[in-house]
Parts: sequence; C-alpha cells; structure tokens
Amino acid sequence: MKRFSKLIQQLELSNKTNDKIAALVDYFNYADDKDKIWVIALFTGKKPKRPIKSALLKYWAIDITQTPEWLFSESYSNVGDLSETIALLLPPAENTSDFQLHKWIEDLHDLEGKDDETKKGFILNAWNHLETQERFIFNKLISGNFRIGVSNKMLVNALAKQSSLDSAQIMHSIMGKWNPYEITFHELINGVHVNTDNSWPYPFCLAYALEQEPEKLGDLSEWQAEWKWDGIRGQIVKRNGELFIWSRGEELVTEQFPELHFLIDVLPDGVVLDGEILAVQDKQVLSFSTLQQRLNRKTINKKQLEDAPIGFFVYDILEYETRDFRDHPLSERRAVLEQLFENLDESAVILSPVIKCKNWKELADLRQTSRSINSEGIMLKKLSSHYHSGRKRGDWWKWKINPYTVDAVMIYAQKGSGRRANFFTDYTFAVRDGENLVTIAKAYSGLTDKEIKEVNSFVTRNAIEKFGPVRTVKPELVFEIAFEGIAESKRHKAGLALRFPRILRWRKDKKAIEINTLEDLRQLLESTFING
Amino acid sequence: MALIEFTKRGIYCKQGDFYIDPWWPVDYAVTTHGHSDHVRFGNKHYLCHTLTKPIIKRRISEDLNVETLNYGENIIRNGVSISFYPAGHIIGSAQVRLEYKGEICVISGDYKTEDDGISDVFEPVKCHSFVSESTFGLPVYKWQKQEVVFNGIKSWVNDNIQQQKTSVLIAYSLGKAQRLIKNLAGDVPIYVHNSIANLNEVIIDAGVNLPETIRITPETTKDELQKGIVIVPPAMRDSRWIKNLSHPVTGICSGWMQVRAHRRWQSADAGFALSDHADWTGLMDAITATGAEKVYVTHGFTAAFSRFLNDEGIESEEVMTKFGQEDDEENKVDLADAENHHVETENKKSE
Repeated sequence: MKRFSKLIQQLELSNKTNDKIAALVDYFNYADDKDKIWVIALFTGKKPKRPIKSALLKYWAIDITQTPEWLFSESYSNVGDLSETIALLLPPAENTSDFQLHKWIEDLHDLEGKDDETKKGFILNAWNHLETQERFIFNKLISGNFRIGVSNKMLVNALAKQSSLDSAQIMHSIMGKWNPYEITFHELINGVHVNTDNSWPYPFCLAYALEQEPEKLGDLSEWQAEWKWDGIRGQIVKRNGELFIWSRGEELVTEQFPELHFLIDVLPDGVVLDGEILAVQDKQVLSFSTLQQRLNRKTINKKQLEDAPIGFFVYDILEYETRDFRDHPLSERRAVLEQLFENLDESAVILSPVIKCKNWKELADLRQTSRSINSEGIMLKKLSSHYHSGRKRGDWWKWKINPYTVDAVMIYAQKGSGRRANFFTDYTFAVRDGENLVTIAKAYSGLTDKEIKEVNSFVTRNAIEKFGPVRTVKPELVFEIAFEGIAESKRHKAGLALRFPRILRWRKDKKAIEINTLEDLRQLLESTFING
Repeated sequence: MALIEFTKRGIYCKQGDFYIDPWWPVDYAVTTHGHSDHVRFGNKHYLCHTLTKPIIKRRISEDLNVETLNYGENIIRNGVSISFYPAGHIIGSAQVRLEYKGEICVISGDYKTEDDGISDVFEPVKCHSFVSESTFGLPVYKWQKQEVVFNGIKSWVNDNIQQQKTSVLIAYSLGKAQRLIKNLAGDVPIYVHNSIANLNEVIIDAGVNLPETIRITPETTKDELQKGIVIVPPAMRDSRWIKNLSHPVTGICSGWMQVRAHRRWQSADAGFALSDHADWTGLMDAITATGAEKVYVTHGFTAAFSRFLNDEGIESEEVMTKFGQEDDEENKVDLADAENHHVETENKKSE
C-alpha cells in the first residue's frame, strides 16, 4: 500500500502530464504484478467489491472519535471528500502495516457476507495500521472513485512506455471485459482476454468542437456531414450469436433497451456498430428529457416502453465479417453500412442520414434548423478518416449550434467539493416572476478561478441566511446561463427545467432588474416543438 | 460589566478607553502582532511587544508612536492593567491580558501551541473571558509534529536538487519565512526574496538569533538557486521571475495544505501542512487551560467552533471581525510584500 500511496501523492502533486506518466511508469516498473492489475482496474473505473456501505464507515469514525454528527458534516463540507474527512479525523495510527494493495482488496472482498461487528472490527484495526494518506486510499477502496486526473489515455501511454507494447492494443485490452480477481498483469496488457470475449467493444472515436470557420476545413466534398444527436453514445456488438449494447461510459446496457434486441436475428455475426441511443417515435428523434425516463433503470415497465420508445441511430461500423474494420476510410465504412441496412426497414434502428449540401453556406443554413429535429448541430467527418481510438484533432469535428441563453440572478451559493471545497462555487439562479424571484437552474461550471474568488468574496460579504453549507445571498450578481433544452417539469417550482445549464459569462454590466422573466422561458418552452 | 466590547472599529475596552488590533484609526491601539490584518496605519499610539516594535516601524512607518512591553510586564491605563504573554504565533506575538477590579480578559490574537523554535512558546493565561481565533477550528485540522513536516520539506528539497529542479517555497514574509529559515538551515543554502531579507535584518537587529540567509540580487545565478532553497512571499507566486528559474517547483507551506482539495486549488507542485495557527487540538487545549467562563470566537470556522464549545459546556459566542479571511488567511498577499515587489519591478525597469 505504501508504494500505491506514494503514487497517488505523486500524481496529485503535479499538473504536468509528463510528470504523471513518469510516476506511473516508475510505479509499473517496481510494483507487484497483482497490485498493478488493481491500479489499472481502479484508474479505469472498475471498482472492487464493496462489502461495506460508506455510511457505516462514517458512523464508525464518528463513534471512535466521539465527533458530533453535525461537526462531521461541517468537516466534510470543508474537506469535500468523505474518505479524506474520515482519514483526517481519526487519531494517529498506533501501528504500521506492510500489506500490499491487492492484499487489502482481497481482505475487503472476504468481508462479503460477514456480520457488521466483524466488518467493524476489521476496519477499525485497518485504520489503526495505516497513516493518514494510506487511510484515505483504503477508505476510497471501499467507498469512492479515484479521480486524480489520470485519463485512460495517460494510463495506456504509461503502460505502453513501460511494456514496449502498442498503445492502441493496450487501450483495447484494458477497455474490454476482464476480472481483476482472475487475470494476470501479463495476460491483461497482452490482451489475452479480448479475443475470447464476445462482448468487447472498441474505444469510441471522439470529435473536437469546431472553433474555426468551417470553410477553413477545405473542400466540403472531402467531408461527410451528419446530424449530431443528443442522446447516449452507444456500441452494438453482435458476435457468435450474442448481442451486447455498450454505452459510452463503458457500461453494458443491453438489458435496458429491449427494443433493440431483435437485432440479434438481423445482424450477421462479427459486426460492431457505433451510434446513438435516442428516444425515437415514427423515425423521429424525441427530446433528451424523454430519453431520460429510460436511463439508469433496473426494470422497465410497459408504460415506460410506450411513453419513451427507444431507437438507435447508426453512425459507423467498426467490425465487419469478424474483422476490425476501423482502418478502412470512412467512405468505405459508410458504403458497407448502407449495404448492410439496405433491406432493413425498422423504425427502431435507423441509419443516421448523411446531409447532402452543395457548399458550406448551405450547410451552415441547414445547421440553424437543427433544433427542429431535436439535433444539436452537425458532425463533420473526413471521408478519408480512420476510426481513431479516442480524440484526435483534425478528422472529426462537432459543429454544435449555439445554446439557448437566459440572464438570471444568483440567489443561493454553496461550497463546492473536491478541488473547489471551501470556495462558493455551486450557484442557484433565478428569473423574475412578477415581484418574485423563482429558481430555474443550478450551475457550477463556467467561471475562471479568478472570477470564482471574486464571487466567493461577494458571497462571504453578502450572505443573508445560512442553511448548513448553503448561503442565501443578496440578488445582485447577474449571469448569462446557457442551456441545451427546456422541458416542462412538475418537480421544479418554476414548472420547467433547463437541460445542461452552465454559466456562459458573468454579466457585470447588468443589474438584477434587467434579468429575464419566467414568462420569457415559458414562451421558449411553447415554441419548442416535439416535446415528447 | 464586560471588559471588552466588539465595535465597528474593533475590540474596545471601555474602562481603559483603548482598542485591541483596531481596523479603523483610534487614539490608542494595543497590538498583538505585526501581521497587517492586526495592525494598521493611522493610530495615535501603539502598544506592542518589544520585538514587534521594529517590525511595525519597518512595515508601516518609522514615525509611529510606539510603547512596548516585554512578556509578563504590565502598564496601567485608566485603571486597567494591560500585560502581554507569548502567543507563539510569530516573533513578538502577544496575548493581551486585561485586568480591572478582579475581572480578567485575555485577547489572544493569532496563536499556536506548538513550539516553532523561533517564537516564544504559547503560555496559557487564566482568565474569565477569552478571545480566540478559529482559523483551523475543525477537527480535520490536526497538525503533525513540525519535525515530521520539516523532514518532508527537506527530503523534497534534496530530491529536487538531485533532479536539477529549483525548490521554491512560498511563505508569508513575516513569520512563516523565519520559521522555515530557522528549521531548514543546514547544509543547503537558503536564498530569500528582498522583502524577507529586509524583515530578517530588522529581526536580527532586535536580537533574535536567526540563521544566515542569502539575499537574492540580480547577480544571484540560477545555478546557485537550483542548489539551494528559495523562499519568496505569496505575492511572487505566479511571477515571471519564478518561471524563469531553472526547472522551478513550488511548495506552499500552510495549514490549508492539510486537505487535498486546497492543495489542488493552489496548483502548487507541493503542499506542506505547516501553520502558525493552532490546530483543533491546540485550540481546545488552549481554551481549556484558560479556565474561561466565556469564549469569544473570531475569524475562521467561527460558527462550528463556537457551537462545539457551547455543546461542551463552555459558553461561547461568535464575533465578526476583520481579522483574517476565512478562506485564505494564510495565503493572502501581504500588502507590504506587494509594494516591495512593485518597487523592485520598477527598479528593474529603470535599470
């Protein structure tokens, strides 16, 4: 654990990618193979079995430190992380331990099914053998995620550097389905598991936002334009008579979407499709808020199936006739795709159309109509492009339409968590409704560090009331809030909800009296069509 | 009748007609220590500890009208006895003890209970009412022994020197800088920024035993600095001067560095939890030792700390002051530093 603890410390100390990769390489050079497996698992979001609820950790910590619960909460809101709060609150450990990372994980795993007293005994004993930083990591193993700025790409680069293997292959291997309790480090990075596994998906190819004039991309004839759909990016894998649906979060979501299961009889074996999971009716895309009713559900009832029917808009083909097809140019992949869909007439699976335009101007005009079909803009893909792993500048661009905006005033502020604990960074905004203010959105991103400090100082000076970590502030600061959509909502007092609201900029030039009204938003709501 | 009241100008003793660390100009200001949120320009008279006098004269103005006391000494003002006791915060920092007709009140200013090797060690004083800070008044703030922290800093410095990196420590020029110098002095030469060197001179002239340091001048080479420890005030943090050093890495020494979120927020290369304020245990020990019936809690986690005291059966009240800023008391830019820095850049331009 000491070595892993040091790695985490090093990763946190530097903001430079090269330093982080160097720290990872150093770790992979010297660490135990069994530990390495777990480090890869943890950093790619594979959580070990968690036999203990984090609420219990909290109560045991409160219990042995005799800290009042409210004081624990105050501390937590300052520290911004439960595992760390507990690690800092506990008295210094009386012993040390040389247990390695995998040993701790295995021991935790063995607690599964034991009674609470046994679990408590194990945890308290562990806490008493670990120093603060190790305790923090130990608690994270039980209750949290390791969000320490190591991207999959960075991890893969470090592994490639350390093992001299090809990075794309490693990416493929670690993204596949594997069990850290069973696989060896050697097997994992050499991808022994991926060929035998029917389900494995490919890393998604991602696009950068277009920040220049599209004309600068050259001749339109070298590009394929498609609608950019606002749903859940997904991959459909059909191999050896089995069908798997993956979401972008590398999560298997096959069971959630029965509408797509018929593909098992339709698709030939050895096919992987890239596309978007959307709410679809009569081949028309419905709003994202409709799709949301179907997300993250363990079971689906008939009403949900009727109210929010699901479809899959196909973008690309990554595997064809059991062969990796990603190195073929897009123009070829599209041709194969069109052939594959020639005889398929299903309302649930639709080949996402290619937009034909004569010139950039025409395309730009068409882009302005995106919202009328619940699209959020246009994708531009170079016809000669391969299907890259992850993000690569130059071949794929997303050319989104500008968001909706509203001017609103800040009325509540709350301290952030993580990096932003101790600064008021989470704000609630309101618009005018006659004489009153009514809240319409909560947002926390979009300001620079300097602006956050400024707002923070305003909140400290202008707090009217305290409710725990929340401050009511004088309605004075006006912000322009951008959002992607608007929908009716019974949950919110305003009767409507904004989708993906974020702060576009601080309107220091505006006074609170000049902000938008609820009526303005209602009108916008009515003017948006296909409301699902 | 209470010995002190909290007014717009600051903490006021009506019986004695004087203020303690006022933030608006008054006739008579009793000063706990030389940090700029506790002592301001414009008072007619100042009363402070002997070691604080040259510091505030240097930082504010040579023309200040200053009386001094040593620890344990007292003077009577309008029948109120004023005496000073070590607060352990920085050199010359004092707790102010007031006594009038048997009623005793202690205003502690900023304090810490651990011996930092350079300030006189905090001494608890029995009193009826006690004014305490609460900069780190949450139980997650419990410091490691300073020896452990300094060992961490030393090994960081040694690693940096080996890896051809320049170690730059960011420290408040009054207090933290001297504490670092005192505890890091040894084989590795210490280079200090002008504003720190100036204060060091004043402090050494006043008779404090401070290890030798080297003032950074335009002639100091990057190579020399790479092999040493560089200490600069917070105002210099994002300066081009640091960026131009040979592979600079910055380390912040502050109690806030206890928490990962703060370390990341500061975007320094290293954070060391080293504070001149009492930690949770220190605050509780100090308060208990005073035996005070009433505790006024100023700057910091006032609400939480005061609630905890009340729950523990110690009557407590939170008080709004202009001391510190909840969020970056320790890291705020010292105006004096900023000015020095400004003057320096001006000088460079004219060269």
